Amino acid sequence: MRNLGWLRVPLFLTYAFLYIPIITLVILSFNASKFPFKWTGFSLHWYSQLFQDTAIRQGFINTMIVAIGATILATTLGTLLAIGLARYTRSAWLEAYSLAPAIVPDLALAIGLLVFFAFIHLTLGLHTVLLAHVVFGMAFVAAVVTARIGQIDPSLEEASRDLGASATSTFFRITVPNLAPAIVAGALLVFTLSLDEFVIAFFTDGPSTPTLPIVIYSMVRFGVTPVINALATLLLLISFTAVIAIQRITRLSDAL
Amino acid sequence: MTTDQATTSGGRGAIGRRALGSRAVFLAPGLVYVTLFMAIPLALVISYAFLTKGRFGGVTLPFTLASFAKALQPTYLSVLGNSLLIATVTTILALLIGYPVAYAISLMPARWRPIALVLIVLPFWTNFLVRTYAWMVLLNTEGPVNKALMSIGLIDQPIGLLYTRGAVIAGMLYSYLPLMILPLYASMDRMDHSLLEAARNLGASRFRAFRDVTFPLTLPGAMIGAIFVFVPSLGNFVIPELLGGGKTVMIGNLIRNQFLKARDWPFGAVLALVMIVFLVGLFALQAYVSRRINGRPNHA
Amino acid sequence: MTPLPGATTPFIQISDVSRAFGEVVALDRVSMEIHENEFFALLGPSGCGKTTLLRVIAGFENPDSGAVVISGQDILQLPPNKRPVNLMFQSYALFPHMSVEKNVAYGLEREGLAKDEVRSRVVEVLTTVGLTDKAKARPAQLSGGQRQRVALARAIVKRPRLLLLDEPLSALDRKVRAEMQLELKRLQHEVGITFVVVTHDQEEAMSMADRIAVMSNGRVQQIDSPVDLYQRPANMFVADFIGSSNHFTGTLADRGVDVPNVGLLPGSPATPLTSANVTLIVRPEDMRLVDDGQGFVSGTVLDTVFYGGTSRIAVANEGHRTPILVSVPGTAAVAKGQVVHLAWTPEKAVVLDASA
Repeated sequence: MRNLGWLRVPLFLTYAFLYIPIITLVILSFNASKFPFKWTGFSLHWYSQLFQDTAIRQGFINTMIVAIGATILATTLGTLLAIGLARYTRSAWLEAYSLAPAIVPDLALAIGLLVFFAFIHLTLGLHTVLLAHVVFGMAFVAAVVTARIGQIDPSLEEASRDLGASATSTFFRITVPNLAPAIVAGALLVFTLSLDEFVIAFFTDGPSTPTLPIVIYSMVRFGVTPVINALATLLLLISFTAVIAIQRITRLSDAL
Repeated sequence: MTTDQATTSGGRGAIGRRALGSRAVFLAPGLVYVTLFMAIPLALVISYAFLTKGRFGGVTLPFTLASFAKALQPTYLSVLGNSLLIATVTTILALLIGYPVAYAISLMPARWRPIALVLIVLPFWTNFLVRTYAWMVLLNTEGPVNKALMSIGLIDQPIGLLYTRGAVIAGMLYSYLPLMILPLYASMDRMDHSLLEAARNLGASRFRAFRDVTFPLTLPGAMIGAIFVFVPSLGNFVIPELLGGGKTVMIGNLIRNQFLKARDWPFGAVLALVMIVFLVGLFALQAYVSRRINGRPNHA
Repeated sequence: MTPLPGATTPFIQISDVSRAFGEVVALDRVSMEIHENEFFALLGPSGCGKTTLLRVIAGFENPDSGAVVISGQDILQLPPNKRPVNLMFQSYALFPHMSVEKNVAYGLEREGLAKDEVRSRVVEVLTTVGLTDKAKARPAQLSGGQRQRVALARAIVKRPRLLLLDEPLSALDRKVRAEMQLELKRLQHEVGITFVVVTHDQEEAMSMADRIAVMSNGRVQQIDSPVDLYQRPANMFVADFIGSSNHFTGTLADRGVDVPNVGLLPGSPATPLTSANVTLIVRPEDMRLVDDGQGFVSGTVLDTVFYGGTSRIAVANEGHRTPILVSVPGTAAVAKGQVVHLAWTPEKAVVLDASA
């Protein structure tokens, strides 16, 4: 770290900037006091309250339904798309088109889908949130898998065919296993994104089935209890674990 | 083995027919889905900008430019101006902070770099609302920031940090800073460091070397980072609402209101169109700058 | 075209195969016959079409026109996994997620053979290539030469009628390359499969192949045994590509070539000539230093380079633009600036059409 010189200052300040808010929340989640700015002792009180809160529990279930469903669909579509783009077309435009959902501002996508669902007279609910999450989730999976395909020797598939395997057999025995780390990383990515996603869900969800971020939004806007700190800490834990897992997996696959 | 030749687009024989079928299986589902759930919705929104507001919400014919005219009214123009200002300030701050940080990481021994980067990215993966809420806590009049400032002696009384434009900027910066640092770092990493050594060898000071070599070569990456910060900042409505109170209205809030409260969809569509136009314009600018600097398309 | 003794059936018949990629013509009415159990080479610089032809035979490219027939069967109608052809890829294309054993067994399993038979054949071929102790290893754990042997084993275990090898030795170090050249020859004889090797390295082709097809710009230039290619090149391209040679361009004369400013140089035409503009080709090692009056061309010595077993003398002649290269065994007993006289056996000097 020596050769960084004065750069160390902005570096550490930035890390502090990034982590102080998070650490504050974590600490407060264990604060026995209701008032966030007076520390009265260590307590798990808010955590137990958290698990009893029905709104939060329902929100969590709704979010999981959407996240798991979206992950399965998005991973399948995204993987197929990535393979198709890499092996069956040269078009840069098609690639840009496929990745566009990840780049379009979430507000634009949100109102677009709101308008679209209204247009086809589809009532809003968890199913519409799921459909919405798949469209950008798929783009992220495609991006991750595309990156990995670029590193794989394309002769592998040809070799498989040359040795007698049909196209389907090649796909399942050679292509998919070699892409597996990227597919898993992509799936984790979609899952995490869907869990935390607020804006699109806000516009495409029905009023009676809020996802967890929507529940949090109402809580934050209207009445804040320290339960939020506990919830926030738990969500942090889940996100952190997912990110580390993705890191591990992509590093593992690089080594292979 | 020149396997960079596309497998048969042409020629007779068993492969030609087969490839066509496989093509469809892989590409069709994804492309159809994107068209159905992104392209068509966005096209709808754009078309709504030209329609008339329906009596009970929604849209009806005739085609009109009335909503565009409405957008040009002073109140709304000032909202747009405010949004641009906030997004721009956030982006500039992100650049000012991002460059040194990305540079610092690129100078680290290779072993530490992945960890350094993961640590930058980690906060980004936390729940967006939670992050914003954390700032609500921090900036509260009884919160840690005020307490810290008072204990240092900078202020005597707690100041209203929350519900200001500054708070909005801080919240946005917090959310999107990692998105600036990553592409910046990527372009610095990709840069040939021997160019810097050459510049120094020819007599340039550290600063000049940065200005003449590093800055221009990393500009495309910086622009990508700028887009990643500017666009979400522009279209944000949660942060202005939670951290800015009712006092800071941005284009995102306006759009949200039109679609969920006022139900003036054509007007909301016009605002959304403005946002999309900015996005496309920025990407075009980035591509242009990149080509100018590198003589090659988009080498960020 | 001298057929191999005993092999008379055109085992593989390639007729008028053409393939263009947009503007670029990769193959231009390529035709050739390959005999059974032959070690055949496709030789040429990059872009000459040899790899495209290989991929057409293997089934990864469709030709625009033409036919490829193996033992009377039109294989172009078959998808790649149904052809009696196997390909050893330049990158080896070993499946990284499978052990050596599983890699080799892969092709047999696709044939639907019984487990026991698969096992025994895998063991047999691993013994043949000398990798029995590496059966459970992953490709990443092997050296370059070992990986190549796995790739080879994987292909030959299927007992194809034809084995195609794409630049098999290019990824190896010099020393390993020399060993593998012998290995491949030995293997080919042992398993009795027709080998077709694609390479840009003429030394490789010359040392391993029974016959070589020299290609350039999508066309076949000459198909012959190594010795015939070397001694009787059919055109300028082949003469240049195979070995090194001295060129003397001029007009055709009785039993030689009249080279302006140099003289009448004796030689014999290799192929029917189409015009009077011709080039005489003399290999450096066919040139001899002779006494004054006995030489066909003279000049002054520019310099000599000692290569260990041989020496190369560069001779300047006013009428000839580039130095004439002479190769002599051992050391060269000449000094810089010395006047020397050169001669050769006319039969060894080939006269070709001047234009390539």
